[in-house]
Amino acid sequence: MTRNRTLSALLGIAVALLAGVVSPVAAQQGPLRITITDGVIEPLPFAVPGFVPENGAAGEYAANITRVVAADLAGTGLFREIPREAHISTVSNFDAPVAFADWQAINAQALIVGAVGVSGDQIVVKFRLFDVFSGQQMGEGLQFAGTPGTWRRMAHKVADAVYSRITGEGPYFDSRVVYVAESGPKNQRVKRLAVMDYDGANVSYLTDGASIVLAPRFSPTGNQILFTGYESGFPRIYLMDLNSMGVQALAQTEGNMTFSPRFAPDGRTVVFSLERGGNTDIYALDIGSGSVRQLTNSPSIETAPSFSPDGSQIVFESDRSGTQQIYVMPASGGEGQRISNGPGRYGTPVWSPQGDYIAFTKQNAGRFHIGVMRTDGSEERLLTASFLDEGPTWAPNGRVIMFTRESAGAGGQAALFSVDISGRNLRQIPTDGPASDPAWSPLLP
Amino acid sequence: MTILPKALLIVAALGLAACKNPDRFGAGGAGGADGAGGFGAGGIGMTGLGDPNDPTSIAYFNQAVGDRVLFAVDQSTLSPEARMVLQGQAQWLNANPTYAIIIEGHADEQGTREYNLALGARRASAVQDFLISQGVPQNRMRTVSYGKERPIEVCSDEACYAKNRRAVTVLSMGAGV
Repeated sequence: MTRNRTLSALLGIAVALLAGVVSPVAAQQGPLRITITDGVIEPLPFAVPGFVPENGAAGEYAANITRVVAADLAGTGLFREIPREAHISTVSNFDAPVAFADWQAINAQALIVGAVGVSGDQIVVKFRLFDVFSGQQMGEGLQFAGTPGTWRRMAHKVADAVYSRITGEGPYFDSRVVYVAESGPKNQRVKRLAVMDYDGANVSYLTDGASIVLAPRFSPTGNQILFTGYESGFPRIYLMDLNSMGVQALAQTEGNMTFSPRFAPDGRTVVFSLERGGNTDIYALDIGSGSVRQLTNSPSIETAPSFSPDGSQIVFESDRSGTQQIYVMPASGGEGQRISNGPGRYGTPVWSPQGDYIAFTKQNAGRFHIGVMRTDGSEERLLTASFLDEGPTWAPNGRVIMFTRESAGAGGQAALFSVDISGRNLRQIPTDGPASDPAWSPLLP
Repeated sequence: MTILPKALLIVAALGLAACKNPDRFGAGGAGGADGAGGFGAGGIGMTGLGDPNDPTSIAYFNQAVGDRVLFAVDQSTLSPEARMVLQGQAQWLNANPTYAIIIEGHADEQGTREYNLALGARRASAVQDFLISQGVPQNRMRTVSYGKERPIEVCSDEACYAKNRRAVTVLSMGAGV
């Protein structure tokens, strides 16, 4: 702790930011030139000189990895990269002593030094993080090894380590997002399942667009996807294995439609909605045995179930009160306890992977919002507002939310956006075309 | 209901064409998804719409009888106007027993995806229940909800929303549902 006095002070600020509590008083105490005015955080300046290529084959990888590390950190809104042109020093040897004065002179608070070596089908990436103003290394150096095709993942791993050490939050850059890629006019949308890195890179398509697909969800291990599809002409839940690409229809019940599936934390149970005679309730399916259990029993619409991370409770939406509201029930089912209490309608609740918040979609006064609340409904906070925002999904660290934003009118299109849980750093995720229904994977191993 | 514009007929035809497509998930989904037992690919066939002047044709049903009813925001109750249309539908369907019936429920875009799926199902079911009460055999009918996935009007105003909050009675040959 003591050896990182300056960055530790920053850590306090970063955590405060993530918790949505900005304290100008605390900001004035630290030695850093971090200015907080009207709740706007001054991002932490960092420098990442080009990672050193340790042999001829590593040159391009080193440049690309450096670029992705910088983009990951700057993309959080918590960090600001000091551009290469402003650097006084260059780093040409990973193990050479750091010229701290040169980095202090350009006011870099954090310095990331890295190196990349490539031999045959192996790539090795290593890095060290320095607290420039204390002149100390922050945490130990780390090394990652893999095939060259995984270079982006290694860059994300480096950035994740830096992010975690400075903010105290869990990592999330090395993760993927499954979503629905959209094309075609509004009244004849073509929808395909697609999966990409969290930052929009490495897209691959999982279905061909011949039938409507909706709302995919990752399994807890990240190698399976649940979704709702119209392949049979009727909405039904499916399970796709990402290794074999095999697709299996689940909970086949003739004449009933099934939708809104989501895994339990055990990866063996799926909760979903089943419609019977116009009434929708929540059911649980044991994938192994195929047995189905009814969890809610009410003439109203019960849908959008999501487990607490410990698997003991399920948050869901119901319109039993007359409008969509959010309820929590035991995993075994039951009436549930209403937790949403503000004006408007609340839907699509999703329990945070850390268990501390529930994200939701809120409709009020003709606008849509993404928001978060505590699991008892308190401390409700709206993070976004637009014509149509819906369907939040949590980053693996529970500190960033991705969602669908759709624009109005005949030419309206959907896009993916992310925002941190303080409501800051709203960003559009780059996708090839219109996109909707994102679902974040767990952190990759 | 008055004669519907030709555009609707074309849309209905497109809808049928889309339904009959025995699509797979593609992209390696082979060992995978099962077709809908007895009701999937091929079950909806290439039914000709026929001549709208032929009172036993699908085109006549769609245009002269009226293939759809509309709903208020968030509602699935049938208005007196909707009941009139559905009485006409039931009469026609009972007189033309060879057609299979799919009732599609739809919602406007002001709502979350899952809720709109459930709401569309309520609407389709309300129509089915009414048709049953008018003597149409339940085993000729099936319901499906498209939620907000298939608007027929694309503006983001109440004028369009009102037409999108609908249940459409879609016919095909062969009552063997």
